[in-house]
Amino acid sequence: MSYETVIGLEVHAQILTESKIFCGCSTRFGEAPNRNTCPVCMGFPGVLPVLNRKVVEHTIRTGLATHCAIARHSRWARKNYFYPDLPKGYQISQYELPLCTGGHVDVSVDGAAKRVRLTRIHMEEDAGKNIHDARGDHSLVDLNRAGVPLMEIVSEPDMRNPGEAGEYLRTLRSILEYLEVCDGNMEEGSFRCDANVSLREAGNEELGVKVEIKNLNSFKAVEKALEYEIRRQGQALSEGGAVVQETRLWDPDAEVTRSMRSKEHAHDYRYFPDPDLLPLEIDEEWVDEIRATLPELARERQNRFVEEYGLPAYDADIVTQRRDVAEYFEAAVKAHANPKAIANWLMGDLFRVLKERRLDAALRIESWPVAAADLARMVRLVDEGTISGKLAKTVFNEMMETGKGPDAIVKEKGLEQVSDTGALDAAVDEVLAACAAQVEEYRAGKEKVFGFLVGQVMKATRGKANPQMVNEILRGKLQG
Amino acid sequence: MKITSEEVRHVATLARLDLAQDEQERLAGELDRILEYMDKLNELDTDGVEPLSHAVDVVNVLRPDRVVNQPRTEDLLRNAPARDDDFLSVPKIIE
Repeated sequence: MSYETVIGLEVHAQILTESKIFCGCSTRFGEAPNRNTCPVCMGFPGVLPVLNRKVVEHTIRTGLATHCAIARHSRWARKNYFYPDLPKGYQISQYELPLCTGGHVDVSVDGAAKRVRLTRIHMEEDAGKNIHDARGDHSLVDLNRAGVPLMEIVSEPDMRNPGEAGEYLRTLRSILEYLEVCDGNMEEGSFRCDANVSLREAGNEELGVKVEIKNLNSFKAVEKALEYEIRRQGQALSEGGAVVQETRLWDPDAEVTRSMRSKEHAHDYRYFPDPDLLPLEIDEEWVDEIRATLPELARERQNRFVEEYGLPAYDADIVTQRRDVAEYFEAAVKAHANPKAIANWLMGDLFRVLKERRLDAALRIESWPVAAADLARMVRLVDEGTISGKLAKTVFNEMMETGKGPDAIVKEKGLEQVSDTGALDAAVDEVLAACAAQVEEYRAGKEKVFGFLVGQVMKATRGKANPQMVNEILRGKLQG
Repeated sequence: MKITSEEVRHVATLARLDLAQDEQERLAGELDRILEYMDKLNELDTDGVEPLSHAVDVVNVLRPDRVVNQPRTEDLLRNAPARDDDFLSVPKIIE
C-alpha cells in the first residue's frame, strides 16, 4: 500500500515589541526570573489588560505580506485551561474572529514552485515558563514570558513531505524577518512550530487520523520528527493497525516522538469573548497606511539581484534569505561594483565566521565584525591589483580580528602586491638558480614543474608577487 | 432536564472542582433552572440583529508600545502562596 503524507504547520512567532501585549512590562529575553512581571501578566484579581497597538499593526503587516484578508471586525477570546505557567487560568487569544484569514505563502522546493495556503493568523499572549527538574519535590515558574505577544500562523494541510514543510518554514521566517515583526530566533523560542501530520491512501481525498508533534526547536528537528512520524504511522497502517489521534513530543536526543499521555490537556477550552478587551475595528485607511510601509521581500529582491547585479540565482537566493544580509550585500556593492566577488566573500568566509562565533542566530549588521564598506574596499584592492587574491584572505582575517580597515592592514603588514618588474626579475632569477634540477626537468618536457616554480617565487616573495607577472617573466626566462 | 449530572461532573473536572454526589445533583437542577430562564430570551425575534460581545459601544482601545513598568518582583512574589528564590513554587509538574 502506498500512502500520501499530509502536513499542516502551526507557527507561533513572537511579535517584535518592547512591551508585552496587554501590559507595560518589558519583553526582554534572559532577564532574572519574574523581573518582567506586573499584576496584569501575573493574573492578579481586578486588573485590566490594555492592548499594545504595535501587536495589531505587526499582525496586519504579516497578513498583508502573506496575502490574507484583514478582518474589519476582530475580537478577543478566552481559552480556558489550567496549567502552572498560565496564571489567569485562561489564555487571551482569538477564536471566531481572528485578525487575518486566508492568504498563502509561495515557496520554492528544489526549484519547483509550491503554494501553501494559510488558514488564519491570530494574535495571542504567550504563557510563562515551567522548570521541572531543578528541584526534587516541586516545580518552578517564571512568568517573564507570560503576556509576550505572539502571532499564531496556521497553514492548511498543503505540504506533502518534510522537505516542503522545511521550505515553508524557512520562507515564512524570512518574510517575518523582512517585515521586522519577529526576530526568527528558534533557540530563544521566538519562532516555534507544531506540526500536524497524517497519512492517507494514495488517491484518497479524505484526510487520515492526524498526530500533532510538539517540541520542534529547529528546522532540522521539524524535518527529522516528520520523517520519523511518517515511518511510524506508515508502519502502523501497513500492519493493519490504526493511528491514534494524539499529541506527541519530539525527543531530539533519541530522535523519536513520544506520546504525551496527559489527560490534563483535554481539548475542551470553552472559548468565550473576553469581556475585559474591546473589539477591534480595522478600517481601510489603517490597512492602507500599513500596506504603504511594506518592504521588498526576499523573492522580489532575489529576482532583482539576478537582473540588476547579474548574480547567479543560487547566490541571489542565499544572499537574500535574510534582510540584513541582503542589505549588507547591497551596501558593499554600492561601494564597489563587483557583486559576484562580494557575494563569494559573504557566502564563504563571512558566513563561516558568523556560524563559528554563533553570531548567525541574531544576525544584526551592527554586530558584524567586518563593515560592508571595508569588505568592498578589500575586494577593490584585489581588483586593482594592490593585493593578491591569496593575501586578501589574510587581510580579511585581520579585519575580522581587529576591526581595522583593509588599507591600514595592507600598509601595516606590508602586503602590497609586488608588480615591479625589476624586483620580480630578481626573485625569478634566484629561484631558477636554486632549482636547477627542476629547470632541467621542465626543459625536458615536464610541463607540470612550471607550477612548482611559480610557487617557489610566490613563497620567496611571501605571497606578495603579482602571479600573472610571475607567470610571464618565468615563461620568458625558461624559453630564453 | 437540560443539564445532566454527567455534564456537571465534566465541567467540574475542567474547573478543578471536587463535587460530592448530592452537590452534583443540586447543581444540575440549579443550572437547569438558569438555562430555562435564559430560554425566555429565545422568545425575542433577533432576526437582523448583529450579535453583541460587549455591552459598551467602544472599539480599538490601544496603548503605545512602551515599557512603563518598573521591576517589582519582591512585592509581587509576596502575594504568591509559595516561592523558591525568585521563582513561584508549585507542586511538582509531571508531564
